[in-house]
Amino acid sequence: MNVRHHVSDDLLSAYATGELVEGWSLAVATHLALCPDCRNRLRDFEAIAGELFEGLPASTDDMGSSWAQLSQRLADPSDGIIPAARQGVVASASRAPVLPEPLRSYVGSDALALKWKPLGRGAYQVPIPTGDGVTSVRLLRIPAGRPVPEHSHGGRELTLVLAGSFSDEKGRFCRGDIEEADEELQHQPIAGAGEDCICLAVTDAPLRFKSRLLRLIQPVLGI
Amino acid sequence: MARLLDAVASRRDIAAFEKLFRHFGPKVKTYMLKQTKNLHMAEELMQETMITVWRKADLYDAARGTVSAWIFTIARNLFISACRKQKRPEFDPNDPAFVPAVTEPADVGLASRQDAETLRAALRDLPPEQRELVQRSFFSDVPHSTLAEEFGLPLGTVKSRIRMAIAKLRKNMEDRR
Ligand SMILES: [Zn+2]
Ligand SMILES: [Zn+2]
Repeated sequence: MNVRHHVSDDLLSAYATGELVEGWSLAVATHLALCPDCRNRLRDFEAIAGELFEGLPASTDDMGSSWAQLSQRLADPSDGIIPAARQGVVASASRAPVLPEPLRSYVGSDALALKWKPLGRGAYQVPIPTGDGVTSVRLLRIPAGRPVPEHSHGGRELTLVLAGSFSDEKGRFCRGDIEEADEELQHQPIAGAGEDCICLAVTDAPLRFKSRLLRLIQPVLGI
Repeated sequence: MARLLDAVASRRDIAAFEKLFRHFGPKVKTYMLKQTKNLHMAEELMQETMITVWRKADLYDAARGTVSAWIFTIARNLFISACRKQKRPEFDPNDPAFVPAVTEPADVGLASRQDAETLRAALRDLPPEQRELVQRSFFSDVPHSTLAEEFGLPLGTVKSRIRMAIAKLRKNMEDRR
């Protein structure tokens, strides 16, 4: 598998410094699980952050009392123990899961076992709650060969393909590929033939559909 | 620094840990103060960061980067979970769906030490204004719009200068490989 559409420098450096809120970070981290190239780039950004951190001026506060407090905790045996790693959601053993971590733990199971909610025209969604209060995050399943209604964006939209593929004005997107869209892009993604397209979609503003009817029922669909 | 951390990991060496604390503690506190603007929280999060360094010293992998970079990621994650009440989604290299790199570079340890040196030199070589912009934008000290006002530059210019400076730093690292 070769990923061809990657995370932009802006997003990746914001993810590295911790500025990026949870919803966007989920899409970036899931792309990173599928893309060794971007993991190398992330390492660069973390190295830059580390150097800038090293260059921060030292706090002039008296650290003596801090050390006194801290060194007492070192003797506490419970502080010497590494907490057990968080157990992720285990996928069925036979084949690699469609949804990589961290996404699989967010939705609670792999793609097949999910409770998909109909969106109309054969499309389904699974909303994913996050704590950031800014983004809206969902898994989408578009039937093979079918279009997503043409729309533009009120803000930023990240779409990460997990199964099947879609094509639009910017090219063809397969498993691992991520598309970053903004106010300037108007597109009509069409799912590739042969396999339903499952993707993770993150937005921070409602989509602007071209069709009047869709704009009317949009609040009901919550998209 | 890596040797001190190794002494903490292998021997629970308190003297080595104190040296790490004296070096990094005050920087972590500055970072936390910038993020939280709250002295009490900054102190608490600094202590939490340093105790995590003590507990997880054996998880530090010199091949993945410098001690500064590692401690920074610990501080960053603690800040996100404590103050933003948000999770920090991260990939899991042990997940069956994780796609590993096809080739591992021969000596990543050496490469990352060289990276750090190159990076330090490249940071020194940045024009002072660019260096300050990058530094302050990285730790969400102030929003870009405030930086623009302070430097008397249009917002777009501030953003593109930061982007240029970061691209320059990354290019330096790539050229070494
Ligand atoms: Zn990538
Ligand atoms: Zn779109």
